Amino acid sequence: MKDKKAKKIVFKSAEEMPAMVISIGSQTHNLTGAWRNIRPEIDLAKCLKCGICWKFCPEPSIDVVDEWPVVDYDYCKGCGICAEECPAKCIAMVEERK
Amino acid sequence: MKKVIMGNHALSFGAMLSRARVISAYPITPQTQVVELLSEMCAEGTLDAKFIKVESEHSAMASCIGASVAGARTFTATSSQGLALMHEMLHWASGGRHPIVMGNINRSMAPGWSIWTDQNDSLSERDTGWMQYYCASNQEVLDTVIQAFKVSEALMIPAMVILDAFALSHTYEVVDVPDQAAVDQYLPPFEPEIRLTPSDPHAFGGLTGPEHYFELRYKLQKDMEKAPALIEETGREYEKIFGRYLGLVDEYQCADADLLFVTSGTAGFTAKVAVDQLRAEGVKAGNLRIKVLRPFPFATIRKIVGRAKKVAVVDRNISYGYHGIFYQEVKAALCGEPKSPPLFGYITGLGGRDIMPESFKEIAGHALARDRADEEIVWIGVKK
Repeated sequence: MKDKKAKKIVFKSAEEMPAMVISIGSQTHNLTGAWRNIRPEIDLAKCLKCGICWKFCPEPSIDVVDEWPVVDYDYCKGCGICAEECPAKCIAMVEERK
Repeated sequence: MKKVIMGNHALSFGAMLSRARVISAYPITPQTQVVELLSEMCAEGTLDAKFIKVESEHSAMASCIGASVAGARTFTATSSQGLALMHEMLHWASGGRHPIVMGNINRSMAPGWSIWTDQNDSLSERDTGWMQYYCASNQEVLDTVIQAFKVSEALMIPAMVILDAFALSHTYEVVDVPDQAAVDQYLPPFEPEIRLTPSDPHAFGGLTGPEHYFELRYKLQKDMEKAPALIEETGREYEKIFGRYLGLVDEYQCADADLLFVTSGTAGFTAKVAVDQLRAEGVKAGNLRIKVLRPFPFATIRKIVGRAKKVAVVDRNISYGYHGIFYQEVKAALCGEPKSPPLFGYITGLGGRDIMPESFKEIAGHALARDRADEEIVWIGVKK
């Protein structure tokens, strides 16, 4: 699981930085879910546990927990690919209320 | 062992002796034989490497980057349009600090569709953060591939080993192909400190905000600045084992030159013939062939060029709207020097038109007759 409480990495000098661009941790603080206008809501009563939403999510913001899909709203951008691909049509794209 | 081989195969043997572990490439004239021979070596098992066939040069460089991140010594080769297609990935390779070595055969950019040599393809990539070695013989090509891996891996900066289309790529020369054991002694296996591995997972090349990006570029430049000394040091080490020094420049009769040619690539070899002929006619000519353009060997060039009486920079390339690119670089190196000699800039040989000893004699005649250039660009051999 993602550690959402990770401390933001800020190097004080070039000296202490790696030359390669590695594990700078920017995605632990850049929560792209804030970009979302519509959110996927899964009706688990109709879910077939097929895993297609998990496989198609380009982010990837759908985890499978105990065989059931769980959306990670910190990173889901609301693209709707999961809803489009779901064979049981159990994912609704619902407008975000700000 | 001495062999008669073409320039393209000198690249292949260089990569083989360096024990490249991954080769990913797309064929393009005049580079094809480089990777053709390497693919045969991989198929026969004489080279223990993975040969990745791809659908474009962009993908060739992308897969080289992936292999290099995973810790493999990685080689590829391309030319002209193929190099241009790689452009985006060239920045990824240098910015990500992946020490890939690539052969580039200098071929003119289309249109007009051309397979013949000039340097505008590689010079268009001058500012991508790759080191650039311009070679003048097949021996130098082979030796430089081996040295380039050593320098690149020490600094984690990729390098291009560059040779002229046909004038070297398809020209057969006697080349001393070193013993594998001696090359192994010179070039140990690639062991990067950080690599892509399941036992120590990392994200590579991720989002980097204004609080860190600047420092990454500062570090790339600082490491690039270490390269001139390292090239000389590894060049001397190479000389100790193989008897051939690999430096930043190639000086020929420079010490007392009244007229100094500044050249690159095979034109720099032809220039030596012209220097001999001019000296026989009583003109004290000399030739400084710039082998390494990036990093630019400022101190060396300032020293050698600064003491000449007149300097003629010969470019087989052009930056449209300004001048030949080596001319700009040499001029910039001398800027601010209290006693810099008059500089003349010549453009010749674009699109593979031959540069002959007579071309240098024409240049000498022009430069010796003037105290300073009366036109910014002097064209040699163009049908005006």
